[in-house]
Amino acid sequence: MARKALLISPELCIGCRGCQTACKSWNQLPATKTVNEGSIENPPDLTPNLYNKIRYVEMPSNSNMVRWLFVSQRCMHCDDAGCIKICPAPGALFKTKEGAVGFDKDKCIGCKLCVAGCPFDVPRYDEKDKVSKCHLCSDRIAEGLEPACSKTCPTGAIRYGDRDNIIGKAQKAGYEKLYGQVDLGGLGVLYAFKDSPKIYGMDERPQIPETVVFWHKVLKPLAYWGLGGAAAVSLLHYLVIGPKKDEGGDQL
Amino acid sequence: MTNHWVDVKNADVVLVMGANPAENHPIAMKWVMRAREKGAKFIVVDPRFTRTAAKADIYASMRSGTDIAFLGGMIKYILDNNLYFRDYVANYTNATFLINPEFKGPGELDGVFSGYDEKTRKYDKKTWSIQMDDKGIPKKDMTLKDPNCVFQLLRKHYSRYTLEKVSSITGTPKEKLIEVYKTYASTGKPNRVGTELYAMGWTQHTVGTQNIRAMTIIQLLLGNIGLAGGGVNAMRGESNVQGSTDYGILFHILPGYLPVPSASVVDLKTYIEKFTPKTKDPKSVNWWGNRPKYITSYLKAIYGDNATKDNDFGYAWLPKLDEGQNGSWLMLFDQMFNGKFEGFFAWGQNPACSGANAGKVRKALAKLKWMVNVNLFDNETGSFWKGPDMNPKDIKTEVFMLPCASSVEKEGSITNSSRLGQWRYKAVEPIGESKPDSEIMNELYFRVKRLYQKQGGKFPDPIVNLTWNYGEKDASGKIKKVDTHSVAKEINGYYLEDLKVGKKGHLAVNFVSLQADGTTSCGNWLYSGSYTEKDDKVVNMMARRGKKDIGNLGMHPEWAWCWPLNRRIIYNRASVDPQGRPWDPKRAVIKWNPDKLDPKTKKTAPGWDGDVPDGPAPPMADEKAGKYPFIMRADGMGAIFGPGLADGPFPEHYEPLECPVQENPMSKKHRINPTVKLFYGVTGPHDKPVKDGGRPEDIFLTCDIRYPYVATTYRVSEHWQTGLLTRHLPWQLEMQPQQFVEISKELADEKGIKNGSKVTVSSARGKVWAIAVVTDRFKPFKVMDTTIHQVGLPWCFGWQHPEDGSGGDSANLLTPTVGDANTMIPETKAFMVNVEKA
Repeated sequence: MARKALLISPELCIGCRGCQTACKSWNQLPATKTVNEGSIENPPDLTPNLYNKIRYVEMPSNSNMVRWLFVSQRCMHCDDAGCIKICPAPGALFKTKEGAVGFDKDKCIGCKLCVAGCPFDVPRYDEKDKVSKCHLCSDRIAEGLEPACSKTCPTGAIRYGDRDNIIGKAQKAGYEKLYGQVDLGGLGVLYAFKDSPKIYGMDERPQIPETVVFWHKVLKPLAYWGLGGAAAVSLLHYLVIGPKKDEGGDQL
Repeated sequence: MTNHWVDVKNADVVLVMGANPAENHPIAMKWVMRAREKGAKFIVVDPRFTRTAAKADIYASMRSGTDIAFLGGMIKYILDNNLYFRDYVANYTNATFLINPEFKGPGELDGVFSGYDEKTRKYDKKTWSIQMDDKGIPKKDMTLKDPNCVFQLLRKHYSRYTLEKVSSITGTPKEKLIEVYKTYASTGKPNRVGTELYAMGWTQHTVGTQNIRAMTIIQLLLGNIGLAGGGVNAMRGESNVQGSTDYGILFHILPGYLPVPSASVVDLKTYIEKFTPKTKDPKSVNWWGNRPKYITSYLKAIYGDNATKDNDFGYAWLPKLDEGQNGSWLMLFDQMFNGKFEGFFAWGQNPACSGANAGKVRKALAKLKWMVNVNLFDNETGSFWKGPDMNPKDIKTEVFMLPCASSVEKEGSITNSSRLGQWRYKAVEPIGESKPDSEIMNELYFRVKRLYQKQGGKFPDPIVNLTWNYGEKDASGKIKKVDTHSVAKEINGYYLEDLKVGKKGHLAVNFVSLQADGTTSCGNWLYSGSYTEKDDKVVNMMARRGKKDIGNLGMHPEWAWCWPLNRRIIYNRASVDPQGRPWDPKRAVIKWNPDKLDPKTKKTAPGWDGDVPDGPAPPMADEKAGKYPFIMRADGMGAIFGPGLADGPFPEHYEPLECPVQENPMSKKHRINPTVKLFYGVTGPHDKPVKDGGRPEDIFLTCDIRYPYVATTYRVSEHWQTGLLTRHLPWQLEMQPQQFVEISKELADEKGIKNGSKVTVSSARGKVWAIAVVTDRFKPFKVMDTTIHQVGLPWCFGWQHPEDGSGGDSANLLTPTVGDANTMIPETKAFMVNVEKA
């Protein structure tokens, strides 16, 4: 099956947040009680119940009073996915046949290693300490539907389709190279930026932390070949995250 | 809309002024973005940098309430630089008409047009008349040079709107004005088209109608009306507002924009004489000349067999206004406040939050004996008696709540801004005891009728004589279940006798077949043709879903059905030259085809290709049968000079009732629109409030240091209207949880207000708390050499929900009691407030 992807075009995004609600509606994610903290951006960050959010960036402009940028922030569905690489629980994080990074809460052991493995600070943990994030509506796309966010987007700022097609179309529209086109083996969420990704709050060159690569290449095979799984995980946890902090009594 | 949603994509320049589609009409932005992708320039003019402005190629900020100054400057720019579309202006507009030489403008008369009476605050329009020749046809000067012709009067009127003057009024830098003017005026060529999208940012002003008139003048000068990618396009505030207006929900119109008569219009003959415009010009179609057919067919639709020639088709049963009576929103609640109403149906609305000067509205509700609240949920209106500053013990109003079905729980049509009537189907059954509105009305109708039949009463005829053939009846004669299709058919109309146009009992083909003698019925002539018969089969045209297009213009003539006659772009005869050739062949809406073949006879029958034309007549240049393009106007011409309005034939800048300047920079005497109805007395040359000039609830203060900041109200994409539907949706509340006020960094510094902190926003009438959103998207204006701050806050919050009170209350607690001189739409987009740390 051809790899699927989302193309996000901030130029077309009007910040209406139809995608934010559609995502919550399809995934039946409860709302968080928020307050206005001096911005219409809300909730202020991704949460276990917020897979996709619009980030609003105000910045100076030469031609207008101000520039106001809108961009969708969510799991990037990396080809070379740091979260899957580092995840010690088989099947907790996995690739779907469409190329989405899915998750299985039943298999998640709550180790939070994926948090450290993600170059985009995406995975969140719910109240039961299970991983939670955008899964590209893997239940919808498996049935040939498009994700809830792109389905809802009124302007085409979020488009879904075969990754190659999407790249081809964007190139035709004048975007020589998309953000995520080659990074991390190619992301499943591509961005058509006209400016530096930095102004949208994105790393120019996203990378998986070295420790994750180390785990993947060295420790993970060891774990399978004899080193006790739990011991390996705690060693890794120490390497990646550092000495255990007291986080409300959570045990690894 | 003169055009339609999809058509926005055909524009070369899109101007959004008086609207914020990215937040309030997100789907509209789809077509704006399509236009942009094809290279169109997108201009946004707004007091604040909105989500729409974020997408603009050119953004110009402008102080709230100064649109006419801004647009007046553009008119001057177009005329000074000869950027108007001369052939269009000369042939299709009244620019050539000669006006009464006695006519004088505000430049000559200290801020008013000739004929103003200060006592009545009204104009005697005698001098606004058009000169007629001996045949009764307007005198014209095709050279546009006569000093009394509209074109020269227009030039004279707007010569006062210099860049310096406009900039000093609006606060828009001169360079920005020029950039906007130049870009928009580039559409004055036959092969360039510009569209304008507006909404409540233009209507909710004391000069609301004139805001739109100013743009109409610009569009006529540039030849942008009737063309694909052009027009003056009102984006309606709710999905079916267009439908509700079409069906006469306003106090002054019956369905199909037939005027509501006053008591002095004693019979049908008088009605027809008074409201049927006449023309002696054989080239003018004067479509409203058909009024007698539409009013008669309407009476036959609502009174059926009870309407006969002998009883004037039941005309006497039509409700009448008292002479000069105004039944607009502001007046209704004013009368309610005065205790003039016993009861009130709040049907699908939440006036305790949506009404201008909501504090007064809430007090008015307490004067009622009873109120019926028909809505999906209880709201601040139904529960007003337990709201803030209310003592339930003192309130005698009995409130009944009737839960109604939502739009997905019933079948029927809705009409969107494109004038497109689309049929919708029921998706789910109504929950609990809730009922579709039609069922609630059905119950109400039969109970009221039964009471009249049993008890008599003062005037039972209008009720007992109504037709009500909307489904199967039970033993008592009551309709068991309202069949929406029957309603739609009644609206479309029937032939009541065997006629040339069709057989008795059949559905009317369209309004062209309606008669004035009682042989046809039609509930709304504009919708005649929407539910009709084709090849002896009944067809609900609104349920069509064909995707065929005309020339890739997005007209999709087989998708649902739009009024009138499925014409997608109205006044489309102006899209062609007098010979019938499209001004822009690449965007041909219609085209005269002399070699057209009749599909049935296979013979040549010259006619129009493309959209449904504004009448089948040949092009205007045809000496025998050619017609003018603006068929709804008695003289057939687009009105650059508009003597029909209450406040002047040309738009003139007046300040809002509450404004930050001492005097109107355009006139020494009249600060505000001199024809608005005042609820609080004014005095002096600058319309200052009189001491004790009225009830404290109606007070206003202008250029007063206690309320130094200009304010405007608005909606946000996350909430729907007063938020009744969306404040109950936790997902929406999560994104937009609390009342906020947007202020500039400069003002925040001045007042020591921190971003995210709680502040109090107050006006002469009330106050609300809000969270300060300190932003670069608001900037102080330089107005008349002074720095003026503007703030803005949404009106989607209310005290009742969220239940913990964390949302705040409606911004309408701040807005004034004053409305547009023509429509009485409240001025909620420009008023004065103070902002203080809470």
